[in-house]
Amino acid sequence: MITTSPPVALPRRFVRRGADWFLRIREASIILVTIGLVIYFQASTPVFLTEGNLITISHYVAPVAIIAAGQVLLLVSGEIDLSVGHVYALAPYLMHFAIDYYGVPVLPAIAIAIAVGACIGLVNGLITVVLRVPSFVTTLGMLFLISGITLMTSHAYPTPIPEKARSVASWLGAAPWAEITWALIIVAVFQILLSGTRWGLHTVAVGGNQHGASEAGVRVNRVKIGNFMIVSSLGALTGILESFYVNSIEPLAGGANIMFAAVAAAVIGGTALAGGSGTIVGALFGAIVLGVLKDGFNLIGINADRFDLILGIAILAAMVLNVYLARLRTGGRT
Amino acid sequence: MTEVLRVEHLAKSFDAIVALRDVTMHLDRGEVLGLIGDNGAGKSTLIKILCGFHRPDSGRILLEGEEASFRSVSHARSLGIDTVYQDLALVDELSVYHNMFLNRELIRWPVLRNRAMRRMAKQHLDDMGVNVPDVRVKVARLSGGQRQAIAVARSIYSAPKILLLDEPLAAMGAKEGALILDLIRDLKARGDVSIVIIAHNYAQVLDVCDRVNLLQHGAITFDRPTAETSLDELTDLVVAEYRNSRIPKQIPTA
Repeated sequence: MITTSPPVALPRRFVRRGADWFLRIREASIILVTIGLVIYFQASTPVFLTEGNLITISHYVAPVAIIAAGQVLLLVSGEIDLSVGHVYALAPYLMHFAIDYYGVPVLPAIAIAIAVGACIGLVNGLITVVLRVPSFVTTLGMLFLISGITLMTSHAYPTPIPEKARSVASWLGAAPWAEITWALIIVAVFQILLSGTRWGLHTVAVGGNQHGASEAGVRVNRVKIGNFMIVSSLGALTGILESFYVNSIEPLAGGANIMFAAVAAAVIGGTALAGGSGTIVGALFGAIVLGVLKDGFNLIGINADRFDLILGIAILAAMVLNVYLARLRTGGRT
Repeated sequence: MTEVLRVEHLAKSFDAIVALRDVTMHLDRGEVLGLIGDNGAGKSTLIKILCGFHRPDSGRILLEGEEASFRSVSHARSLGIDTVYQDLALVDELSVYHNMFLNRELIRWPVLRNRAMRRMAKQHLDDMGVNVPDVRVKVARLSGGQRQAIAVARSIYSAPKILLLDEPLAAMGAKEGALILDLIRDLKARGDVSIVIIAHNYAQVLDVCDRVNLLQHGAITFDRPTAETSLDELTDLVVAEYRNSRIPKQIPTA
């Protein structure tokens, strides 16, 4: 990057301007952290930047990044979805039931599973905006409810991917680079949705000043419900992609772990929990940081017990750096 | 003079609280009407009904002689009624030009036409003499007066027939207040827009308005051209209300 080692020939002024420009990009701090971690792990272990290991990292990153894309939208509009990790577990079962018990063709079955995800988001949204239950509580209830449905209908047993679905398995997550490709496309599409469309502008307006937005005629409830539906649909899609990748449908897949990972990725990437600002590309880098840390610690042989401790410290350090850089960014210079 | 707006027997309650009891008022074309009254008299509720934010419980609204029912703020806006709210309804996290075009964005589907919105916002602010460093700056970084000016600029951007200003001069310095008063005078000079202003500063009301209405306990109790009233009279009216509302309670009814 331009900022790291200034060539002597360049006047300091240009370096300063370059640094200013870079710091003004919202994702700057998290990109710096990512680069730093990659350099550190590559220096520690030569296998870090090999194709095999990059594929491993991509499978840590992809599901978190896809869910985070939706979670960022919802967080920006001032709400949160805790139940998305359980929609992730339910969706592949819905696909399996539709194909194996009701004879639905594969792609419509997947569409049904994702549509059910969207409906769960709709219910979350309606309870939150119409009945005015805080989304933290609404989706906490939904978390247990969906988990219960998954465990009851599956009898808590894993099940193989439906035979008929094998034809589409490779491009739906089984091929090495399939999942991360989905993730990158989804991140790109939703970043454009957030920063380049009316929906994104209204999402920021609703999260930034809900009352003001409604006075300006923005349909606050519609925006929030829509974002609940987006997160839930993406959760369902991710669960299906992941089941193709591991080649099995697991009742305890995803859950609170993946949901918190996605929220952490969003927050590490610079999204405000209070609403009003956020970036999906930042959340992608947040997911990469989490994936790189997890993979890197495995490679250098830090044991599993110590992993959480170091991960926790790493998240806190990343956040402190983030807040510090954000302050530099807004301090005086435009 | 032609009547651009008339409301008859408007009433509105929020649960047990009666905000508007029975409001009948009218607004002529090109007129600036000052709406005064004590806190809690129902001024903001009246404005929010006229702009489509609330729906009245009863009564009717006539827009240029035709009975109208506003389904939403956007609907009222499409009928030519625009509003500057007391809290300005600006989003700090958005830029000046995104705020100016909030909920009336220019779109080349599916994306926003940011460049066109920037250009038009800058042009419009320049025309109005509103000074902003850069329309891409977030509203959070502007002064109170600049924010107010942007809210006013936004509301007149679509050339409304009726403009509702809810305390546009509240919490403003003398210089900033003068800027808004100048804006209102410019609009008045154009003659094609009718304005309702809520204000607490009666001197400013007399200065800029053609007529004054006093709202007390959810009804209009006083309606007179500014030329036929004075600062003392307006002050007395409101203070008298305060006295009257206190003294009778002390007197035994039996």
